[in-house]
Amino acid sequence: MIKMQDLKKDFTVRVKAGRFRRLKRTVAAVDGVSLTIERGEMVGYIGPNGAGKSTTLKMLTGVLTPSSGEVSVCGLTPVPQRTRLALRIGVVFGQRSQLWWDLPLRESFELLRHVYRVPAAGHATRLRRCRDLLDLDEFLDTPVRQLSLGQRMRGELTAALLHGPEVLFLDEPTIGLDVVSKQAVRSFLAELGRTGDVTLVLTTHDLADIERLCERLVVIDHGRVVHDGSIEALHARYGSRRSLVADLDRPLPDGFTLDGTTLTSVTANGHRVTFTLDSVTAGVAVAGLVAAVAVRDLSVVEPDIEDVVARLYTER
Amino acid sequence: MGEWRAYAALGVAQIRSVTVYRASFLVEVFGNMGATVFDVLTVLVLFRATPEVGGFSLREAVLIVGLSSAGFALADFAVGNVDRLKTYVRAGTLDAVLVRPLPALPQLLLMDLPIRKTLRVVFGLVVLGVAVAANDIHWTPLRLFLIVLTPLAATVFFGSIFVLSASLAFWWVDSGEIGAAFTYGGRDFTSYPISVYGSWFRNLFAYALGFGFVAYQPALALLGRADPLGLPAWAGFLSPLVALGAATIAAGVWRAGIRHYRSTGS
Ligand SMILES: Nc1ncnc2c1ncn2[C@@H]1O[C@H](COP(=O)(O)OP(=O)(O)OP(=O)(O)O)[C@@H](O)[C@H]1O
Ligand SMILES: [Mg+2]
Repeated sequence: MIKMQDLKKDFTVRVKAGRFRRLKRTVAAVDGVSLTIERGEMVGYIGPNGAGKSTTLKMLTGVLTPSSGEVSVCGLTPVPQRTRLALRIGVVFGQRSQLWWDLPLRESFELLRHVYRVPAAGHATRLRRCRDLLDLDEFLDTPVRQLSLGQRMRGELTAALLHGPEVLFLDEPTIGLDVVSKQAVRSFLAELGRTGDVTLVLTTHDLADIERLCERLVVIDHGRVVHDGSIEALHARYGSRRSLVADLDRPLPDGFTLDGTTLTSVTANGHRVTFTLDSVTAGVAVAGLVAAVAVRDLSVVEPDIEDVVARLYTER
Repeated sequence: MGEWRAYAALGVAQIRSVTVYRASFLVEVFGNMGATVFDVLTVLVLFRATPEVGGFSLREAVLIVGLSSAGFALADFAVGNVDRLKTYVRAGTLDAVLVRPLPALPQLLLMDLPIRKTLRVVFGLVVLGVAVAANDIHWTPLRLFLIVLTPLAATVFFGSIFVLSASLAFWWVDSGEIGAAFTYGGRDFTSYPISVYGSWFRNLFAYALGFGFVAYQPALALLGRADPLGLPAWAGFLSPLVALGAATIAAGVWRAGIRHYRSTGS
């Protein structure tokens, strides 16, 4: 569905050097990305600020011409075949609006039907589904410029989907949304992915989006892919472990050890302890702990994706 | 077919958006009208000072002005909106235009309504009408053909200039009003008999860049006057060729510009 082969984009920027002198400098925003994404995949495309995520999406959608390398989306080459490709993809750039500023949402949607030249029936069905899942009814007749960010974003998502695209490119679709709106957007996308005919590429800084939606995670930094695989693979690579958190009746005795685990923190005057599970299952560790000390409450905590990704970003 | 319906829908949407701002809409209509009136007044004032410019009487010169300003007003009406490109390029909002399944140029043109420029068109055509009436033209079928052809070719020619000057923004984001200076400079150049210009300046703009064939040469052919600069009468019929050349160049530059577009970080 999507193929990138050694894709590069350089930007030439002029930097001030002295009062009149300007130096040309080349920034490699995307620096040799090769990826293949199959139909129906939901890919999280993440990376620190300035990593080149948006630039990649712009090349995939035909907005920017690659400096070198090859791209193909839906079997088309985005730049020369931009308008044909546009009929088959949906795009949301979180920072840019696709909607008509002075028109109510409803009219924007109607207009998009003509712009994309889609049959009225299919359009109406998709719109109804978006209205239900994204709760649009409340502000469907409000001019776009009067919508809140979260409302507008739900409108943008709908706008990107009304023509039934095969591939969806979402650049920070949850930026600035409140918890409830974020969840609405996530469940909506999850629902969309369940059918398996929409391919989704999503960039975000909220890793919960990825955890919830994407099987596959591609991490880029300085324009290069530094990880490509499942979230589990990322955890495995960095040896992230689950941990056991327990609240105790009495403080933990000095020198206490639990086989196959590491004691990583003791808080609340020794009443709350955390063990990282190195080589035992949660069951064995719980049994061992309960046998040794009086436990009031306990829980097993999954490794935190934010920690792993932060390690990936700072490693450079 | 489908595309035309898409453009029509975009146009209708623009009308709806504009009607929300009716007050400012009227102000703009009259503001624009004022600018055109000034252009014509400039020429009249010039001729008050000297009864003849470059060997042409006021009446004859007004015919040149009329052909040029009718063509310019029509071009401004049709593609003048393209000068908004620089704001879109600067802000990176052209992205949204480029991800839609329609060519970028017509979309841009439909992002603002030229209704406010209709009065300019009317005024330009009135000037042309007055100029035609004021001159004692000996009408032949060929001249009738020419009086229709010339403003249309001028429209295409000026339209190409509009697109070319706007395209500057693709390479030079901070071009500001330089593109506009080029456009309006071109119009002003074509409004006068080219015999008033110095020779290298004339050779460059009138002949090499083709501005002399837009209004000056056709006016000579209509009036049945010999060209003081020596070109034959059929030079008055070259404007469609010049317009076609300009349009080809403009289309090429536009396409190259779109590929050169670099958006903004986001
Ligand atoms: N139009 C442009 N002109 C010059 N440099 C640019 C342009 N667009 C992006 N860049 C540079 O390219 C690099 C990648 O930018 P990009 O917008 O792709 O980052 P990103 O991964 O989307 O970051 P963020 O998470 O902050 O959105 C940055 O160093 C940026 O400065
Ligand atoms: Mg970005």
